[in-house]
Amino acid sequence: MDVNEVRKCFPALTREIYGRPLVYFDNAATSQRPESVMDMLRLSGLHSNANIHRAVHTLSSEATDLYEKGREAVRSFINASSGEEIVLTSGTTASINILAHGFCGSLLQDGDVILLSEAEHHSNMIPWMLCAAGKGIAIKYIPVDGTGHLDMESYVRLLESSNVRLVSVPHISNVLGIVNPISEIISLAHEHGAYAIIDGAQGIVHEDVDVQRLDCDFYVFSGHKVYAATGTGVLYGKSSLLAELPPLMGGGEMVGTVTYQGTTFAPLPLKFEAGTPNFAGCSTFSPALEMASLCRDEGIRRNVLQMTEYLESELLKIPGLHLLGTGEGKAPVFSFAVEGAHHEDIALLLDKMGVEVRSGLMCAEPVINKFGYTGVVRASLAPYNTVRECEYFMRCLVKALRMLS
Amino acid sequence: MTLIEEERSVVEEFSVLEDWMDKYEYLIELGKSLPMIEESSKTEANLIKGCQSRVWLNSSFSDGKVFFTADSDAIITKGIISLLIRVYNGRTPKEILDSDFSFISEIGLKENLSPTRANGLVSMIKQIKEYALAYSLKQ
Repeated sequence: MDVNEVRKCFPALTREIYGRPLVYFDNAATSQRPESVMDMLRLSGLHSNANIHRAVHTLSSEATDLYEKGREAVRSFINASSGEEIVLTSGTTASINILAHGFCGSLLQDGDVILLSEAEHHSNMIPWMLCAAGKGIAIKYIPVDGTGHLDMESYVRLLESSNVRLVSVPHISNVLGIVNPISEIISLAHEHGAYAIIDGAQGIVHEDVDVQRLDCDFYVFSGHKVYAATGTGVLYGKSSLLAELPPLMGGGEMVGTVTYQGTTFAPLPLKFEAGTPNFAGCSTFSPALEMASLCRDEGIRRNVLQMTEYLESELLKIPGLHLLGTGEGKAPVFSFAVEGAHHEDIALLLDKMGVEVRSGLMCAEPVINKFGYTGVVRASLAPYNTVRECEYFMRCLVKALRMLS
Repeated sequence: MTLIEEERSVVEEFSVLEDWMDKYEYLIELGKSLPMIEESSKTEANLIKGCQSRVWLNSSFSDGKVFFTADSDAIITKGIISLLIRVYNGRTPKEILDSDFSFISEIGLKENLSPTRANGLVSMIKQIKEYALAYSLKQ
């Protein structure tokens, strides 16, 4: 399939910015949305709008149906064994907060160690810090080497030397753009009696995810980075573990029987879906993941590979440019700093040429500081981007750097 | 020149720069020509919060007028600061407090005025006004 077939589905891609064709390279923050997703949001909001899982009337059952189809789309996309294992949340951050609360409040004990990597998004750090505080649960970090790859030898040493009960790492770091060897990470965690959580916020966009084959205990991601509506997310968990974890929030339909003395919980996955869920948003998982499947087409994959190889080699040709994360397993996420040019200046100038990139700390301050920078520019691609856009981006970058020198 | 006249002259200069790249090229030029401030003025207290780039704004008060020096690690931000200094330097606190800073949007930098913009133009303006207010209370 040709990438232009995919592009047709995203109206925003035909926009102009300051009179120049939009080149959207901030996909790691959020993706553009296909028309099919907005159609679903409209249908849900204007036609089949009623609160789900409660009423016996037709509108409610239509809305429930759309919501549950969204869940089924997620289940099938990551090959979970049952819909019970798919908790719909508001995003990756919410999913990790549920896990941090549940683990630190119940499954972990004094003296246990949580292992994260040095290249975490704040969303896979702060919830653990908050929940572990004052409980005698320690957090340690797997080092990342100079090329942005996890130091697997150190990982094994950490597993052997301390009482690691839980490992939570990104599938792909949102800064370094390196695909971590998660199969190996998961099996090593299990060999040492630790649970394995994968932050798939970036991974779900670029990698095939089969949670049964991976055998991860949890896999979490956001909808808005894979074309779905904002405010949607997924917490996949093995049902035996989800059953053990206490819910973070209470209220709404997450209950079994409530008395003045206490409550029992609804069966999985509703136990974790307190209050009225974002049913309109979660309905869009169906068309969004259909799009994500389309983007797994061989021609589209080839396009992504070409863009990735092109940008990695072209960026490294620029004198004074430092690329964070290079070599094996490079995903199309390029964070870089250029000597003598401030990241904010570069991003501002690129915007004036129609190229949208991020600048700053990417919600991952520790790893950017570790590499010695106070901020970086990040160009992150989606399968709908093109090699021509990459070529234009490089010309604009060279021009911006010339202006700033 | 009065504050208003200085504002007009900035607006006029920018009005001939129709292309966005020209405007930014000019801001970069201004940024490069902004006199550096003393390293000793780059203190934590002078650092403006809320900017993606680091901005230091230092002020002094003599003969009833406010004087500013500033620096930033980002050149476009420096260019914007140099415009602010050109307009607000050597003014009385009252003149500064009475200004609506509207020339910024007139020269097409309004997008930078949104409070959520990372480059913190709003924070800079707020800091200039805060200095002016503090000096006006001292008088």
